[in-house]
Amino acid sequence: MNDKGKIVAGLVIFLVMVTFPFWYNLGKAAPAPEIVLSAQAKAAGACVLPKAEIKTEHMQLLDVWRDTVVREGQRVYVNAEGKKFDMSLSNTCLDCHSNRKEFCDRCHTYASVDPYCYDCHIEDPKENDQ
Amino acid sequence: MKPSRRDFLKIAGASAAVGLGAVPVMEALAASGGHGTSPKAQVEKWPEGLTATHWAMVVDVRKIESAEQIEAMVEACHTVHNVPLLNEKRHEIKWIWGTHYHNAFPSQPHEHISEHLHHILFPVMCNHCQNPPCVRACPTKATFQRESDGLVLMDFHRCIGCRFCMAACPYGSRSFNFRDPRPFIAETNKKFPTRMKGVVEKCNFCAERLAVGQLPACVEASDGILTFGDLGDPDSEVSQLLKENYSLRRKPNLGTGPSVYYIV
Amino acid sequence: MLELALKGSKKYWGLLIVLAGIAGVAFLTWLYQLQFGLGITGLSRDVSWGFYIAQFTFLVGVAAGGVMVVLPYYLHDYKAFGRITILGEFLAVAALVMCLLFITVDLGQPMRMLNVLFYPTPNSMLFYDMIVLNGYLFLNIVVGWNVLEAERNGTHYQPWLKPLIYLSIPWAISIHTVTAYLYCGLPGRGFWLTAILAPRFLASAFAAGPALLILLCLIVRHFTRFDPGREQIQALAKIVTYALIANIFFFLCEVFVAGYSQIPEHTDHLKYLFFGLHGHGVLVPWMWTSMALMVAAIILLIVPAARRHEGVLAVSCAMLFIGAWIDKGLGLISAGFVPNPLHEVNEYMPTTPEVMITLGVWAAGFIVLTILYKMATSVKEESAGVLRTRVVES
Repeated sequence: MNDKGKIVAGLVIFLVMVTFPFWYNLGKAAPAPEIVLSAQAKAAGACVLPKAEIKTEHMQLLDVWRDTVVREGQRVYVNAEGKKFDMSLSNTCLDCHSNRKEFCDRCHTYASVDPYCYDCHIEDPKENDQ
Repeated sequence: MKPSRRDFLKIAGASAAVGLGAVPVMEALAASGGHGTSPKAQVEKWPEGLTATHWAMVVDVRKIESAEQIEAMVEACHTVHNVPLLNEKRHEIKWIWGTHYHNAFPSQPHEHISEHLHHILFPVMCNHCQNPPCVRACPTKATFQRESDGLVLMDFHRCIGCRFCMAACPYGSRSFNFRDPRPFIAETNKKFPTRMKGVVEKCNFCAERLAVGQLPACVEASDGILTFGDLGDPDSEVSQLLKENYSLRRKPNLGTGPSVYYIV
Repeated sequence: MLELALKGSKKYWGLLIVLAGIAGVAFLTWLYQLQFGLGITGLSRDVSWGFYIAQFTFLVGVAAGGVMVVLPYYLHDYKAFGRITILGEFLAVAALVMCLLFITVDLGQPMRMLNVLFYPTPNSMLFYDMIVLNGYLFLNIVVGWNVLEAERNGTHYQPWLKPLIYLSIPWAISIHTVTAYLYCGLPGRGFWLTAILAPRFLASAFAAGPALLILLCLIVRHFTRFDPGREQIQALAKIVTYALIANIFFFLCEVFVAGYSQIPEHTDHLKYLFFGLHGHGVLVPWMWTSMALMVAAIILLIVPAARRHEGVLAVSCAMLFIGAWIDKGLGLISAGFVPNPLHEVNEYMPTTPEVMITLGVWAAGFIVLTILYKMATSVKEESAGVLRTRVVES
C-alpha cells in the first residue's frame, strides 16, 4: 500500500471535521439566560409543580397532558398540593407566562431547542405580531 | 472486507434491537405519567362536563328555511375552532358546511323530490361514525374513536399527514392543511389551538366544549334545527326525536353507522 | 464490490451527474414544499392523493415485476434466467427506493414519519405496506448483493440465502397486494372497491416490470460487454405478453361489471376517465392514449415475427410501459377521487413543482439503478473474462 499519506490525511481531515463543534466553541460558553417572570406568574407565586421539577420536566408533563386531554378527555390536573389546573398549554401555561420571548424563548434558544408547540398553541396575541 | 461487513451488520442489528427494546420502556414511562417525581398528582374531568355513551346529532330538516341559518352554524363553528378561510378552493378547510340534497345523499334523489328538499341546504359534517373507516385507515392512531362516548377525534400532534383518512372517509368530511392556516384566520379564538401545515382536521363534535358543560357551537347557533344528545339514554331529546320521526342517515349501506341523523 | 461502481467511463459519470443534477433541483423544490406545505401541488380537499402516490403505486408494481425472473429460475429451474436474476433484483431495489421516497415527499409532516413505528396500528393497511415494502427492499439487497458477490468469487452463494430467496417470491406478490388493499378496502370509493384490484395491479406489474427489464437488458447489451442473452429477452417477452393480456382482460371485467350493472357509483369514475363527467375530462385524451398504446403493444407482442425482432420488441415494451404508466400513474388514483363522495367534480392535475419533485425521485431511483447495474455488469464482465482466459490456458 503506497496510499498511506492519502489515508492519514483523510483521517486527519475527518477527525478535524467531526470535532469541529467542540474546538470551535471552546471557551465560548454562553452565559445561562436570565428569564423574566410575568406579573401574573409572580403574583401566582407557584407553578403546577415545584420550581426545580417544572424547570427540568415541563416537557414530559406537557407530553402527558396532551395525551390525557386529547385522547382520554381528562382535562383537570390536581397537583400534590391539591390545587386544580386546566391542562392546557394555551389557556393555563401561556396565559400565566404571557411573556414568551423573555420566558420560554430565552431558555429554548440557549438550549438550542425549537419546540413546535407554538405552531398551534397561541401565545399572547400581542407578541404574535413580530 | 467480509468480516467487517458482517461486524457492521451485527452492530446494526444490535442497535435496531436496542431501539425496539426501548419502545416498551418509553410506553411504560408514558403510562406511569412520565414524571415520577410527583406521584400524588392526579387527573380528572371537570364536574360540569357533559358525558354520554353515544353522542349524536339530529338535524330537523323541516325547520330549515334559508341558507342564512346554515351560514350561522358554519360561522359559529369556524370561529370557535379557528378554521381558516382560504381563498384558493383547492386548499379549502371546512368542518361543517351546507350542501344540496343530491350532494348530501347522492344515491337518494329523484326528479320528483319535494320542493322544500330541493331548495334548502343540508348541514353536513363529520358523522362520528360508530364504525369509522378513517380510524381503521390511520397508521398512527392520530385519528381515533373515544371509547367513553364514541366521538371520532384527531390528535393533531401525531398526524403525519398521509391523508389516508381523507381517502377512507365516504362523506368528504376531512380537510388537509395544505399550507400554514394562521394567516387566514380572521380573528383567533385564543381558547382553542390553531393547526399547523401538513395535518388533517375535521369536526370534533366540540369535544372541548362538552368537557366544560357547553353544547356544540353549531347547535347553539342553529335556531333549534340541530339537537345534540346521548343516544345511549332513551329519554334524551335526540332519542325521543328519532323515536317519533322518520329519519335518514348518509350512505347507511356502507356500514359506517353515522351518528348524524336527518329528519326530513 | 462497491469499488466497481467507482471506476467507469465518461458516459457512466456523465449519466450520474445529469441524474444527480435533476435530483438536486428536485431536492430544492422539496425543501420549498416542506416550507410552504403541500399546497404547491395540485392536490385538493377532494383529490387528496395525486401524482406522488400514483407513482408510488406504479413503482411498487415495477418492483414486484422483478420476481418474474426470480421465480422461473429458482422455482422452475429455468436456467437461462440465472444470467439476469440480478438485474431483476436490482431493478426491484431501485424501484423500492423510489417508492419510499414518493411516500416521504407525499407526507404533510415527514418529520413525524416514525410515528408509524412508535404507534404501530395493525388495523391500518399502511402499517402492513411499510412492513412489506421495507422487507422486500431488504430481501432484494441481501439476496442480490450476496449472490452477485458469490458469482464474483466463483463460488456458490451461502446456503442461508436459499430460504430468503424463496421468501422473496411470495413477498413480491405481497407488496403489490397490500398496495392494492390500500385502495380497495375503502368504503365509498366505488372505483377502487373491487376484489379484482389486487390481481389487476399484479397483472399490470408483471407486464410493466419485465417490459422495463427488457429495455434495460437491451441497454446493458449496448453499453457494456455483458449480454443478458437473446433467449432471456424472448422469454421475458412472452411473460410480458401474457401479463399484459391479463391486465387488459381484468380491466374489461371491470368495465363489464360497471357498465352492465349500471350502478352509478361504479360507472361514474369510468365515465369520467374515458368520456368526461359534467363537462370535466382532463384525463380523457390520456386514457385513450393509454388504451391505444396497450392494445397496440398486445398486437405487436402476439405476432411472433414482431416479438422476435428485438427492435420491434423494444418499441412494444416502451409503448406498454408508457400505457401502463398513464393507466396507473395518472388515471387510477385521481379517478378514484373524481367525482368526490358528495358527487361533485373537482379535477386534479399536477403542478410544475410537483412534476419537478416527481422527476427528481425518478432520477434518484435511476442513480441507484445505474450504480447497481454498473456493479452487476462489471462482475458479469469480469467472470466472463476469467472464463475466457481459463479456456485459453487449457
